[in-house]
Amino acid sequence: MLIELRGLAKTYGGRAVAGPLSLGIPAGQFVALLGGSGSGKTTTLKMINGLIAPSGGEAVVEGMDGLAPHLRRRRIGYVFQEIGLFPHLTVGENIAVGPRLAGWDAARIAARVTELLALVDLPPEVAPRLPAALSGGQRQRVGVARALAAEPKIMLMDEPFGALDPVTRESLGRDYRALHDRLGLTTVMVTHDVMEALLLADRIVVMAAGKVLADGAPGDLLADHADPVVRALMETPRRQAARVEALARGPTGRGADHG
Amino acid sequence: MDERIAAAWRLLPDYLSQHVLLSLCALGLGLAVSLPLAVAASRSPAVRWPSLFLASLIQTIPSLALLALFYPLLLAVSALSLTWFGHGFPALGFAPSLMALSLYSMLPILRNAVAGIMGVDPAATEAARGMGMTDRQRLMWIELPLAAPVIMAGVRTAAVWTIGAATLATPVGQTSLGNYIFSGLQTENWVYVLFGCAASAVLALAADQLLGLIESGLALRRPWRLWAGAIGLVVGSVLALSPLLAGAGGGSSYRVGAKNFSEQYILAELMAQRLEAAGARVTRKEDLGSATAYRALAAGEIDVYVDYTGTLWANVLNRSDNPGRAAVLAGLTAELKRRDGVRVLGALGFENAYALAMRADRAKALGVAGLDDLSRHAPDLVLGSDLEFLSRPEWRALEAAYGLPFRKRTSYQPTFMYRALSDGEADVISAFSSDGRIAADHLVVLADPRHALPPYDAVILISPRRAHDARLLAALRPLLGSVGVQAMRAANYSLDRDTDKKTAAQAARTLASDARARP
Repeated sequence: MLIELRGLAKTYGGRAVAGPLSLGIPAGQFVALLGGSGSGKTTTLKMINGLIAPSGGEAVVEGMDGLAPHLRRRRIGYVFQEIGLFPHLTVGENIAVGPRLAGWDAARIAARVTELLALVDLPPEVAPRLPAALSGGQRQRVGVARALAAEPKIMLMDEPFGALDPVTRESLGRDYRALHDRLGLTTVMVTHDVMEALLLADRIVVMAAGKVLADGAPGDLLADHADPVVRALMETPRRQAARVEALARGPTGRGADHG
Repeated sequence: MDERIAAAWRLLPDYLSQHVLLSLCALGLGLAVSLPLAVAASRSPAVRWPSLFLASLIQTIPSLALLALFYPLLLAVSALSLTWFGHGFPALGFAPSLMALSLYSMLPILRNAVAGIMGVDPAATEAARGMGMTDRQRLMWIELPLAAPVIMAGVRTAAVWTIGAATLATPVGQTSLGNYIFSGLQTENWVYVLFGCAASAVLALAADQLLGLIESGLALRRPWRLWAGAIGLVVGSVLALSPLLAGAGGGSSYRVGAKNFSEQYILAELMAQRLEAAGARVTRKEDLGSATAYRALAAGEIDVYVDYTGTLWANVLNRSDNPGRAAVLAGLTAELKRRDGVRVLGALGFENAYALAMRADRAKALGVAGLDDLSRHAPDLVLGSDLEFLSRPEWRALEAAYGLPFRKRTSYQPTFMYRALSDGEADVISAFSSDGRIAADHLVVLADPRHALPPYDAVILISPRRAHDARLLAALRPLLGSVGVQAMRAANYSLDRDTDKKTAAQAARTLASDARARP
């Protein structure tokens, strides 16, 4: 297992926020942590790269044993919910932060910035611009590029496409999934959107109140699950799809799925 | 009028350079202390609240008092360092001014830097941590650059405060643009007062605008603004400081001290002009307090100044007896040398005695000629005094000898004291016998038949370090016995009167030519 969570838990003032959680993630897998707010999914993600220190258990990443937390973070890409681009640095400088921290030389960094802009499908002209001059979708592409810059093998993503319009969101999601496959990454993505989890991930871990409710491939979870909450959750996209389908058929189809 | 403006311009390079040097150093020191403190404060509430509270507390101390407080403090530290390490340091002038102003500059820098660093978007700081920056990298790469405009706004406020408050360094013996204001107030030379205010205001505004350019350069990310501001500051500072840099090459200079009234300015000028005529370099330390002047001389912070035998007798030797004029001078000469190594070079030839004075017409109407007569009328009269008279031993001696239960006692700046007398707000004032206004305002000095007041011969005092300095002694000896009371009164009046005011330097030249004319 590339990432192994062993009884990983976080409590604040005696109140359990996440876990205890045990989970193994093999290299190359795309895992979605799916849950509502307060389900402990973001806390779990932050404990994997050490942004939050666990109260119990551990998150073991292969080959990073005994590494100081900040050094470990340099080798794991992280895409933040608020993106968190540095507003005083240009797009190029933002992307270059990781390689600079890793001590790359200037020429290699410049080449990498150009390469990454192309990879996330941004024109090279945006490199000298400040983040404030970009659209939301472009900013999130820069966020992904910045996380990938130092050539990590692991990507952690926290609601990466949450704030985007549906069209941008879908295309960015698809583009990222392609990158994941092409670069052989291992990705853990936090999301509250069932459809997004179903369409992008190889495996969905459904969380509620800090615990795992379900863990399986999208197809398996869709087919059936013992837990009523999970079943209801998985039915939602199908029900919505049916209604949309009915709408598309015109007024004659109205009421078909009421009941 | 023209001459006073011209004289003010001639003093500008010296005053401005010292003012700029002091402000720059104070601001630099303030920044060097406040910025690291602000970083620590932004990380930990345990540092934040005490440091912000302390900085605010310092701000509540009136700046003049803060400057004045550092003198006794440094004097004590200097005495300790002398006993422990064998080295003292000057407690007057630059050091106390620097410390007080640095403290004063801290609050705006500290407060803005803390607010700036803590106000950085948490998304950016979390991203910085998430990407694996160390605390230091996060501070240098992310937090400080993002907080820079807010920090600069604080530096800007601090600069304006410091430049303004630096005018108050004059009374602790540090030359600044405040010299115009303080000496102007003393001699009612409003041209000087306005000139000093205008000069410090222009300096503060210029610094504010240049720092503002840097601030907006940082905020709007316009490097040319940043550089224009920075280059403007450097060029301006170098230009302002150039008189100091040019002067630094010469030999050591004589420091001539003066207390804070017209006669002292004139006598300091008189001595300075003699020294300069002998080819020496002279720095003037004006506006010293009456008590600090002697201590500054004994400590070697000034080399020479004029004091008065009665003042030294009562305040330095704590004597309340009056053995007569010659005995007081002889006693002082021996005792000051033995005690402090201070040399009494000799008397200038006139007396500036503390005396009680009345308007001549009023004295005549009441039938008052001396203090004996005054004591009978005192319960009906108001005494106007200068700021220190009532706390001086001379006043206690007068009370002991004559009683003098005045109906009311009010303290004034000397200038306003004379106004109060002529306006009838005061009936009797504590005057100085060499004051030109005695003759001009038709006043009479009341006789002291019981000799309660000691003699007040003006004497030249020389610091222990310069006690045997041949050039200094040779330059100043001809002044001994050369200044008569009439000439001194005339010289004083030429500064104190309302029209056709002279500068201290002009009055000193007149006094010198009078002295040469004397047989």
